[in-house]
Amino acid sequence: MLTTSPIERILRGLAITLVCLFFMFPIVWIFLMSFQTNETILRIPPSVVFAPTLDNYQALITGKLETAAGMLEINFMRNLGNSLFLSATSVAIGLLLGVPAAYAFARLKFKGSEDIAFTLLSFRFAPPLLVLLPLTIYFQQLGLANTYGGLIWVYQLIVLPLILWIVRGYFEDIPADIEYAYRIAGHDFWSTFRRIALPLAGPGIAAAGLLSFIFAWNNFVFALVLASADKQPVTVGALAFVTASGIQYGQVAAGIVLSIAPTFALALYAQRYLVEGLSLGAVKG
Amino acid sequence: MTISLKNIEKSFKTDTVLDGVSLSVDTGETLVLFGPSGAGKTVLLRLIAGVIEPEAGEIWVNGVNMDGVEPEDRGIGMAFQNFALFPHMDAFANIASPLTARRQSKSVMRQTVDQVAKLLKIDHVLHHKPKELSNGQKQRTALARALAAQPSILLLDDPLRNVDAKLRFEMRLELPRLLKDQNATVIYVTQDYKEAMALGHRIAVMSNHGIQQIGTPEDIYLRPANIEIARLFGDPVINLLSVRPERGANGVVVNLSDTPIEMAAGFEATIGTDCVLGLRPEALHFVPEGTPGAIPVEVETETPLNEKTVTLALTARKREIMVSRPAGSPGPSRGRAYLLVDAGQALLFDRESGARIAPSTHNGLQEDVA
Repeated sequence: MLTTSPIERILRGLAITLVCLFFMFPIVWIFLMSFQTNETILRIPPSVVFAPTLDNYQALITGKLETAAGMLEINFMRNLGNSLFLSATSVAIGLLLGVPAAYAFARLKFKGSEDIAFTLLSFRFAPPLLVLLPLTIYFQQLGLANTYGGLIWVYQLIVLPLILWIVRGYFEDIPADIEYAYRIAGHDFWSTFRRIALPLAGPGIAAAGLLSFIFAWNNFVFALVLASADKQPVTVGALAFVTASGIQYGQVAAGIVLSIAPTFALALYAQRYLVEGLSLGAVKG
Repeated sequence: MTISLKNIEKSFKTDTVLDGVSLSVDTGETLVLFGPSGAGKTVLLRLIAGVIEPEAGEIWVNGVNMDGVEPEDRGIGMAFQNFALFPHMDAFANIASPLTARRQSKSVMRQTVDQVAKLLKIDHVLHHKPKELSNGQKQRTALARALAAQPSILLLDDPLRNVDAKLRFEMRLELPRLLKDQNATVIYVTQDYKEAMALGHRIAVMSNHGIQQIGTPEDIYLRPANIEIARLFGDPVINLLSVRPERGANGVVVNLSDTPIEMAAGFEATIGTDCVLGLRPEALHFVPEGTPGAIPVEVETETPLNEKTVTLALTARKREIMVSRPAGSPGPSRGRAYLLVDAGQALLFDRESGARIAPSTHNGLQEDVA
């Protein structure tokens, strides 16, 4: 056991508090803002003392935004639903396609496999804006613009490389002998994949799914260009708060709180898997 | 239940691992694959198991060509050197995995697993996950898994490599009985010559991408095909001394420290050629001064090794010689001593090629050197 002097412990606690404050402050401030009106938010000097109001949340949930210029219809709840649907479906499809592909890249060394895997990764290098213009034109011609299907397809650019490369590493970490042993015991290729490879790469698959969910959720540009109001996720929908009569800070804050809540909750819940999944040696028996 | 390999070739990228290996194992026979690491022993097992494919050659199991037969359809049991247990399943599920593949009923499965677990003394840890097992228990679980479906062919890849010395010793005694009870055809890989000699009906010595010699343990020890194999078997290692055989009064002699040693009959062809004399440490005996044919040596050190005592001595030309004798028997511990060579056990190798020179027999035929 290392013994630490009281002074050292106090200093360490102080340092940790400072770091936490630094990183948590924006989130705490936004959380506080979401319970204030625009007037209390904008007063100078700012204060943490205010009469909390649920107006912002109410406006978001009912979809009726009261502004100085009059009543404004916003679709925040629909946007939230869109975000959830788009991200979840994209990740589900990404896992369905990416996990078997990752296994193939990890285990079956076929001609050009490295090149194909790298090409898939290179999708992450391309600036989204670069591919957006041609993509938009194609999508309009194909009738995919402003459809969920089209968006989910484009979201694969985000989630698929991520899933593929993270999960591939996990499959490669499983000693091939373990799979050989299962085959020799009399099980065919597919049941070896299902009963051995999948469970052993489980933490990695969970981590990849979670990360790609967050990436998909945070996407802005693709949805901004390729979707109109009724298909937009929250990231794009939040633009509606920038109105002609000014920016609705309270609603923006409430919108942020609502939109980060799902990913935040998911990350907290799956923290164990994330740490386990992103650190090596998870499957070493 | 035979295994037969014909001209197997296998390489990884540009590295040749196996170059024209042929081999056959009979029903109920235990063949030990012995050789240094990197000799291709494990690769050979995997080829037979079907998890990798040869570039050329044929693998026949029970008279069926295995080309294109998936590993799950070959009916083989295999134990891996690193155990390769399924980390997310408990010992029971690990051992039962060949039975689930054969769609056995729950009760049959339980009965079979219990039986094999009891045999290997792991019945008390069946509900443990592999990481909760000791190395010895892991090894037994892996062995139990290989045995569970009672395969007619068993491939054991150095299963005792990663267990402690005590367990290795116990298992070396237990395994032959266990394998005999299974009545399976066994290929056993090891790097330990004692294990090879204890377990194998026959031993195949592998090195340089191929099989150097196949024979009974006695064959390999007493009639090694070349210097390399002679060195691999035996502890302490065989004494190797450069000599040039000459014609003596009663046949061929070699000179050690100016003392002529009469070789057994049949070495006439070696006269005047450069040879290496191989003397097993137990083929040398300390004798009193004045014994005819004794070689004078200086004793350097004496090392007691449980059942035997090993003496390091120097000849007149400062060549090192190891002598072993049963522990407790009298022998010099320092100073001058005299050695008598058991010429019947002396081996001669060609210095150039390293191949053993077999004495020609009376009817002029060369002894088969595999």
